[in-house]
Amino acid sequence: MPWTKIYGNRTEFEKAGGERAGLRGLTYKDALLEAATQMLETDDRVMILGEGVDDAGGVFGTTKDLHKKFGRGRVMDTPLAENALTGVALGAAIAGMRPIFVHMRVDFLPLTMDQIMNHAAKWHYMFGGAVCVPLTVRSIIGRGWGSAAQHSQSLQAVFAHIPGLKVVMPANPYDAKGLLRASVYDGNPVIFIEHRWLYEHMGHVPKEAYTVPLGKGIVRRKGGDVTIVALSLMVFEAMQAADILSKDGIEAEVIDLRTVKPMDKKLILESLMKTGRLVVADTGWMDCGVGAEVAATAAEDGFSCLKAPVIRIALPECPTPAGHVLEKEFYPGKDRIVEAVKKTLALK
Amino acid sequence: MKKTPGQIDMPSKDTLLALYLSMLRIRLFEEKIVALYPEQEMKCPVHLCIGQEAIAAGVCLNLKKEDYVFSNHRGHGHALAKGARMAPLLAEFYGKTTGCSKGRGGSMHIIDVENGVLGTSAIVGGGIPMGVGAALASKMKREDRVTVIFFGDGASEEGVFYESFNFAALKKLPVVFMCENNFYATNSPQDARQAVCKIASSAAAFDAHGVCIDGNDVVEVYKASKTAITRARSGKGPSLIEAKTYRWKGHVGPEADYEKGCRPKEELVEWIEKCPLKAFKSYLVDNGVFLPEGLEKAAKGINKELTEAVRFAKDSPYPQASELLNHVYAPSRSSSGL
Ligand SMILES: Cc1ncc(C[n+]2csc(CCOP(=O)(O)OP(=O)(O)O)c2C)c(N)n1
Ligand SMILES: [Mg+2]
Repeated sequence: MPWTKIYGNRTEFEKAGGERAGLRGLTYKDALLEAATQMLETDDRVMILGEGVDDAGGVFGTTKDLHKKFGRGRVMDTPLAENALTGVALGAAIAGMRPIFVHMRVDFLPLTMDQIMNHAAKWHYMFGGAVCVPLTVRSIIGRGWGSAAQHSQSLQAVFAHIPGLKVVMPANPYDAKGLLRASVYDGNPVIFIEHRWLYEHMGHVPKEAYTVPLGKGIVRRKGGDVTIVALSLMVFEAMQAADILSKDGIEAEVIDLRTVKPMDKKLILESLMKTGRLVVADTGWMDCGVGAEVAATAAEDGFSCLKAPVIRIALPECPTPAGHVLEKEFYPGKDRIVEAVKKTLALK
Repeated sequence: MKKTPGQIDMPSKDTLLALYLSMLRIRLFEEKIVALYPEQEMKCPVHLCIGQEAIAAGVCLNLKKEDYVFSNHRGHGHALAKGARMAPLLAEFYGKTTGCSKGRGGSMHIIDVENGVLGTSAIVGGGIPMGVGAALASKMKREDRVTVIFFGDGASEEGVFYESFNFAALKKLPVVFMCENNFYATNSPQDARQAVCKIASSAAAFDAHGVCIDGNDVVEVYKASKTAITRARSGKGPSLIEAKTYRWKGHVGPEADYEKGCRPKEELVEWIEKCPLKAFKSYLVDNGVFLPEGLEKAAKGINKELTEAVRFAKDSPYPQASELLNHVYAPSRSSSGL
């Protein structure tokens, strides 16, 4: 599949064949913009709201000029009132709209927690399925240049803890487009978490509208020696790690979770049956994190095929530091994945 | 500066000089950041307050060292006016161990406990309830302390502002809500976000004192905040001051933002004309309060502090990578049974 390959930027994309090879190169951010555009074009129920969605930058380009095409009635800038406006979006959703609420940073979601956790997540179940909540909450993980503790968090695990929510984390442009559409049409509240460092990544994105199913992971690279389960930016790191490992004769199978909740446990277990070794690479913290959930899946349902302890790669147990020396130490990347894979292979 | 000379309620000459120097100190500090930023050594986002200096200066001159100040992402001016030294702030922006937050916080998270700056939040509105809490503590401890909370027009939209104000009014807490209305939250104009652009009028809903002032007139800021701070100190409860002003630079970073299409250039030009520093300096000189040379001489100390601060920041060591996990928790005392 052409879209299983991601390129760091347009130059790399073109070097690999680009359009000449029949691919349609789009960046992650443009893929999100295209998904939104196509939904706004064809469905009056779709609306976009959020702080600065109509400004010149258009949320790093993902909502750029949509207000000009579709009017500020459907693409609306909001006051700074995250919790109330989540409730507003939720109310609109149960009354027949399909809102996409956009936040520049994941760190602003904690302000929306009440409406998301106590209300959106429960409104279907608590009333016996009487109404649906087609609400999509987009937000972006920041990183680098001293973003510091309040502008860089990766809070997928917090949301994944709550029954009734779905949590989606696209790792490439193809999925960004397809998963956004799938989220908006899912009929459930979806927390859609993007990574700022993926925005310029380029990959093949078909022009027509399509969906990528929620709850389905994908094998990005086949291999028989070890399974690396990753998400979001860590998929990119894991793919690079796999290339490095391959030079040493180690073939890693890389799984991109794509959806954190519901998690594609079947896919993980199938791979584990083959490899018997598991490394998980998350963009969030370790304790009670996505890595813990994957490891628990292996321990509960894949115990017999485990040949070595699971290794989790996650953020160290501290808030994000601002200074670049500490920041560099804070983020694990491909080298740590390589190290972990070698370690698990050495373990009996 | 529209006041006529010899006006009876004009502050003393010392106060006028202190106001001028405080503003100038902030301006020069911020301009130094503008000059140094392209070196890319200061690896953190900077939210500059050039154009808004009169508010921090005018308010903080009424505060005592032990009074508290809470502020936000655009907090350099508030900390400086409250007495913070330049060196630990700059060192913080450079990510150094000698920074006020030991290189953990960056420009958005500055602190100076000794001077009553108990930390700045980059979550809009985040500092507002904390300021109310500090005021509550002062009241419970029967301390003679006032808390001033600086926040923007954008923050006034957050629910937490109203919730906090209600509580402060209910408990008659010694707190001043100081809203710096620069008409924008990032690139979003106030009238695209607020149904009624009269922030100060919110005070009426809580039967509290509220005024709207010219935030570029440092004397007006000084007087209005004096009234509010005196009220707070004497147990009359919270006040809300809305000070209208304008930020010259983009929301974040050292450049102006009109090229990016964020705001009309004419608007910026108009406000640069209303420069709080220029206006006040003209007032002082034109009315013979100070000679230009006198002001320049007085400003020498600032330049010296700034030069030394830059050297200090650049020369200071970075934290070791091995120190990453320091300061996550304070030393736990629970095991001692206290
Ligand atoms: C809760 C929250 N929402 C959004 C943001 C992103 N953001 C950072 S500053 C800002 C604008 C704040 O405007 P204002 O309060 O007027 O302060 P100013 O920047 O104008 O000084 C926004 C929206 C944030 N940091 N926190
Ligand atoms: Mg503002």
